[in-house]
Amino acid sequence: MSDPTLLQRVSKALPWLLLVLAIVAPFALSAYDLNLLARFMAMAILALGIVLIWGHGGILSLGQGVFFGIGGYAIAMHMKMADLPEGELPDFMLWSGQESLPFWWAPFASPTFAIAAILFVPVLVGSLFAWAVFHRRVGGTYFALITQALALAFATLIISRQDVTGGFNGLTDFYGIFGVGLSSPGVPAALYWLTLALLVASYCGVRLLLASRFGMLLRAARDGENRIRFLGYNPTPFKVVAFAIAAMLAGIAGALFTLHAGVVSPALIGVVPSIEMVVWVAIGGRYSLAGAIVGALLVNIARDAVSSAFPELWLYLMGLLFILVVTLLPNGLAGLVASKRA
Amino acid sequence: MDATLFLNQLFNGFSVASLYLLASLGLALSFGLMRVINMAHGEMLMLGGYLAWMTLLVVPGAAGIILAIPVAFVGAAAMGGLIQSTLIRRLSARPLDTLLATWGVSLILQQGARDLFGAVGVEVRAPDWLSGSIALAGVTIPSARIFIIAVAVLVLGSLALLLLRSRIGLLVRAVNQDRMMAAATGIDVKRVDFTIFCLGAGIAGLAGVMLALLGPVTPNVGQSYIIPAFLVVVMGGLGSIVGTTAAAAILGLFSALAQIFVDVSVAQMLLLVFVVLFIQVRPQGVIAVRTRALDV
Repeated sequence: MSDPTLLQRVSKALPWLLLVLAIVAPFALSAYDLNLLARFMAMAILALGIVLIWGHGGILSLGQGVFFGIGGYAIAMHMKMADLPEGELPDFMLWSGQESLPFWWAPFASPTFAIAAILFVPVLVGSLFAWAVFHRRVGGTYFALITQALALAFATLIISRQDVTGGFNGLTDFYGIFGVGLSSPGVPAALYWLTLALLVASYCGVRLLLASRFGMLLRAARDGENRIRFLGYNPTPFKVVAFAIAAMLAGIAGALFTLHAGVVSPALIGVVPSIEMVVWVAIGGRYSLAGAIVGALLVNIARDAVSSAFPELWLYLMGLLFILVVTLLPNGLAGLVASKRA
Repeated sequence: MDATLFLNQLFNGFSVASLYLLASLGLALSFGLMRVINMAHGEMLMLGGYLAWMTLLVVPGAAGIILAIPVAFVGAAAMGGLIQSTLIRRLSARPLDTLLATWGVSLILQQGARDLFGAVGVEVRAPDWLSGSIALAGVTIPSARIFIIAVAVLVLGSLALLLLRSRIGLLVRAVNQDRMMAAATGIDVKRVDFTIFCLGAGIAGLAGVMLALLGPVTPNVGQSYIIPAFLVVVMGGLGSIVGTTAAAAILGLFSALAQIFVDVSVAQMLLLVFVVLFIQVRPQGVIAVRTRALDV
């Protein structure tokens, strides 16, 4: 590179340029493309959580779909309830012969309860689950396998309880949110900006966290758990808190995704989607927050392009991506950029 | 509770446990040696199932199913060897990355099977002596399930003999106990890894033949057994075949007996809860040759 200062200037300005482009996107993109972009940005929020736990905490979770699903189902249940006249049942419950509203559906009629559920149920489930495993010093591969079993159990449970969960088809046909129609003019763009704002906020939040003492201890626990025990720290709370934050981000992502996609179903949250979430981050770079955002967007754009034309091809491609990235490019695209810059 | 139903489920539990055992032995053996889990192990079951189906196309009838067992064993072992030598060996120091890379292999193998054999699945017709059932103390037991239990016992016995009485078994135990020390005494640890990996994949292929006797062979037939098999590994304890066997028996019986009271999907959730509760009591697994706590 003959002029390193120019390159440095470009790489410094690039994120801001992308942010400006992202802000003005609703004026330039078609409604369909804007919707896709908004969905993928929602997924990028989840990817930030994976960087936190996997890249910096060494915790591989193959069950992030569970928390994504909790967020998605919470908002979907609220929208189902909000559309209903007093005392009636959601459409799919009528079809499957359900006679009364299950008790755990009723509170979702309140928007405050729904938002609280999106934020805190994943945190609660995530921290209880992580604590149960980590405080007994079980981790690594074991934790990955247990989270995969969790994803399987969660998806199977939803599928089998068709009468109260919507089963395999999931929940769909929403009218609107907080009294506004989802497709009324201006609403898609507003939801897009909300997603963008939450993505930027999550990015800044996780970045601050990783730069703090907490982030340092998390990385120390990743690199030598016993060593930091000998130094007098208990690594368990750090890992549990990191996992809970990642779960919260996944829940927010799931809720936003459901708003944009207009559907939440077991096919989006089971074993296979959960592990695909890890590949976004693997491709973007597991240690890099910006990489994770880029990875989530790129993989989903590629998926959209390839799988609509050749659905069978996508699985081969996905499989190859897993193998190649992990063997040849363990630091992902971010690693590639960093080595170019050095 | 109905005693007949209980006996029926008890017996079912043993046959489910046998399948869990056959599916998890290879995982547990390789995990003990190399600390890696092959996520494509479920596809070894699938491969065994399809190989059984193809064998029966060539040699129909009773001889076919007997012949299918070695065919599936060798076929799956060869595929396992290929995966180990091309991929897993390169990633040996990175267990979590191995999970992801072998998941990629699993996706490719599943889609490959879908393209080759169709998504619907193929049916293996069990020979007459396997499709009947035996009445015992008021319980009707399908012969195929007795056959599966017998095969699992036979495999376990042969494996125990191999590990305890043969030279390769001695080497495996040595590497399992202390990899560095074993390598220092001149044992070719890479070759031991490779042999055990092939053996484990072969056992999974054999399990695939058993699955083919129970239902249609589909591209994702392995997936429904492999996640319980992973839980068996989590519960079993590092490097112990006895622990793996006990864990398979406990989880097989637990899931069959739970299904007396709740449906399959709730039983699956309970199985997971049971494993998480179990590691509260014994984080080192049913039987631990070494502790997990200092295992970084």
